[in-house]
Amino acid sequence: MSGKMKIATIVAGVAVVVVLTLVFPPFRTYQLATVGAYLCVTAGLTVLTGLNGQLSLGHGALMATGAYTLALSVNAGWPLTVAFAAALVVTTVIGGVIGLAAARLRGPYLAGLTLAVAVVVPAVASTFDGTFNSDQGLSVALEPPPETVTVEQWQAWLAWGAALVVLVLLQLLVGGRFGRELKAVRDDETAARLAGVSVARTQVLAFVVSAACAGLGGALFAVLAQSVSPGAFPLSLSLFLVMAIVIGGLGSLAGAAWGAVLLVALPALAHTATEGIDAQRLEGNLPLALFGVTLIVVMLAAPGGIANLRPFRKRSKA
Amino acid sequence: MFLTFDGLSRGAVYAAFALALVLIWRATRIVNFAQGAMAVATAYAGFEVSAATGSYWLGFAVAIAAGLILGAVTERVVMRFVDHSSPLNGVVVALGLVLVIQGGLGMIFGSEFRPAEAPFSRDAFTVGGVALLSRFDLFVFAAVGIVVALLALLFTRTHTGLRMRAAAFAPDVSRLLGVNVSGMLTLGWALAAAVGSLAGMLVLPTELGLHPNAMDIVFVSSFTAAVVGGLDSAIGSVLGGLIVGLLLSYVSGYLGATVAPIAVLILLVVVLLGRPGGLFSRSAARTV
Repeated sequence: MSGKMKIATIVAGVAVVVVLTLVFPPFRTYQLATVGAYLCVTAGLTVLTGLNGQLSLGHGALMATGAYTLALSVNAGWPLTVAFAAALVVTTVIGGVIGLAAARLRGPYLAGLTLAVAVVVPAVASTFDGTFNSDQGLSVALEPPPETVTVEQWQAWLAWGAALVVLVLLQLLVGGRFGRELKAVRDDETAARLAGVSVARTQVLAFVVSAACAGLGGALFAVLAQSVSPGAFPLSLSLFLVMAIVIGGLGSLAGAAWGAVLLVALPALAHTATEGIDAQRLEGNLPLALFGVTLIVVMLAAPGGIANLRPFRKRSKA
Repeated sequence: MFLTFDGLSRGAVYAAFALALVLIWRATRIVNFAQGAMAVATAYAGFEVSAATGSYWLGFAVAIAAGLILGAVTERVVMRFVDHSSPLNGVVVALGLVLVIQGGLGMIFGSEFRPAEAPFSRDAFTVGGVALLSRFDLFVFAAVGIVVALLALLFTRTHTGLRMRAAAFAPDVSRLLGVNVSGMLTLGWALAAAVGSLAGMLVLPTELGLHPNAMDIVFVSSFTAAVVGGLDSAIGSVLGGLIVGLLLSYVSGYLGATVAPIAVLILLVVVLLGRPGGLFSRSAARTV
C-alpha cells in the first residue's frame, strides 16, 4: 500500500467510526471513544518500540502527565483547546528529558529506567499533594457539549478526531525519510551511523514523538473520565500498552489499531464471560491473566502479531 | 542511628533480590522482570501453608521450595523458547509472566492486602534510650548473609558452580566439554527464583503486606541496586542493595516515605547516565 492509500484508509476508518457513534447506544459509543484515546497512545508507542526498537514501560506515566496537565489547565479556567495544547507541550518536554536519557541506554537498562518512571507516578502525586491532591486525584470540570449531541458522542468525536490527526501525522512521518532513519537505527546502529544518520538524535526524536502521542491520549482519558487520579495510571497500564502493540503487530499503525481495540475488548469480553458467576475476584484479574497468556504465546509463536508485519529489530551482538 | 540499621536491613533484602537478578542476567543475559511477581507468588504459597499449619518455618521452607520449582518451570516452559535475537524479547515475555502471575494471584487470593506475620518481634532493642534494631532485622541479616555465603561457596568452590559459570561464559565450548548447559540454565533460574522468594519472605512482613502487586516497588529498588552495582557483579549487587537500602531509609526518615520512589528514580538515572556499567565496573565496551 502506498502512503496515500494508507492515509485514505485511515480517514475512511475514522469516518466509519464516526458513523458508528451515531447509531451505537451510549455505552458502546463511550467504549469507542476509549479505543480512540488508546489508539493515540499505542500508535505513538509502536513507532518508538516497533520502528525504533526502544522499549518503554513508562508510557502510562506519560499519559498521567498529559491527563494531570489537562486537568490543571481546565480547572484553571483555560479553554479545552488550550488545555490540550498545554498537555502536549508538557509531555513533549518530559518525553524529551526521558528520551535524552533513553538514547544512551539499551535493552533491559532502558526498560528498567522507564519502569521506574511508571512506578513513581503515585509517589509524585502524593508528595506534591497540594497540586495533585494525592490518591484522590482531581476532577475535571468540563463545559457541557452543545445540546444536539450526547456527551458520549461528543467524547467519541473528540477522541477520534485526535486519533485521526495522530495517525495521519505519524503516517506522514514514518512513511518518509524519518521512518527509514528510525528503522536503520533499530536494525543496526553502526551501519546507520556510517550512512550518516545521527543515532542519538533519531532516538530522542522518536521518544519525543511517542511521548507527545501518549500525552494527548492521557489528556483524552482525563476528558473521558472527567477526573484524574494515580489509580487510573497503574504500572499494569504501561504493561498493557506494550502488550497491545506486541499482540497487534509491532511497528505498524494497523497493529496499533488492533492493540487499541484489544485493550477495550478483552476486559469487556472477560466481564461478559464472568457475569453470571459469582466471581468478584475474577473481575479485573481475569483480563490481566488473559493478556499475559496472550502476550507470551504471541511472543513465542508469532512475533509478528495480528497485523503480522515485522518482528523485533535484530541487533548484532555488541 | 535507627535509620542506619533500618536501611541496612532493607538493603540486605534488596541485595538478595538484586543478587537473584544478577544470577539470571549473568547466565542468560535476560533481566527477569517477572522476579517480583514470582517472589510474591511463592510468598502467597508460604503464608498459606503457615496459616494452615501454624508453623512459620514450614511456610518459609515451602516458599523457598516453591521458588526453586517455579524458577525451574519458568525456564523450562517459557524462557527457553525466547528468541534471543533482540534483547527486548526476553523483557516482553517476562512482562507477560508478570501479568499472568498477578492476574492468577488476584483470582485465587483476591486483590485485598493480607497481613504477613513476622516470625520475630519487630520492636527494636534500645541501647541507652536509642532504638537500634529488632530481632527481625537480625534474622534478615543472618538469612541474607547465609545465602550470599552459600552462593559464593557454590560458585567458587564446587564443580557444579564451575560448570554453571562455564555454561554462562561459553555455552558452546562447555557443551563440547560435556557440561549439561541447559540443565545448568534451569538450575540457575531455580536458584535465582529461590533467592527471590527468600527476599520476598523477608520484605513482605516489614511494611508491604501480601498483595499481588506488593513487590513492584521492591523490584524497581532492587533493579536499581543491581544497576548501581553493575549487572555483572554479584558483590556489586550486594553493595548496591545496601546503598539503595540506606538511601531509602534516610530519605523516608527525613523527607517522608512518599519521596522514596522518586529518590530511587533519581539514583537510577544518575547511575545509568554516569556509570552505565555500575559503580564498580572496570570498563564497558559498546559499539556506537
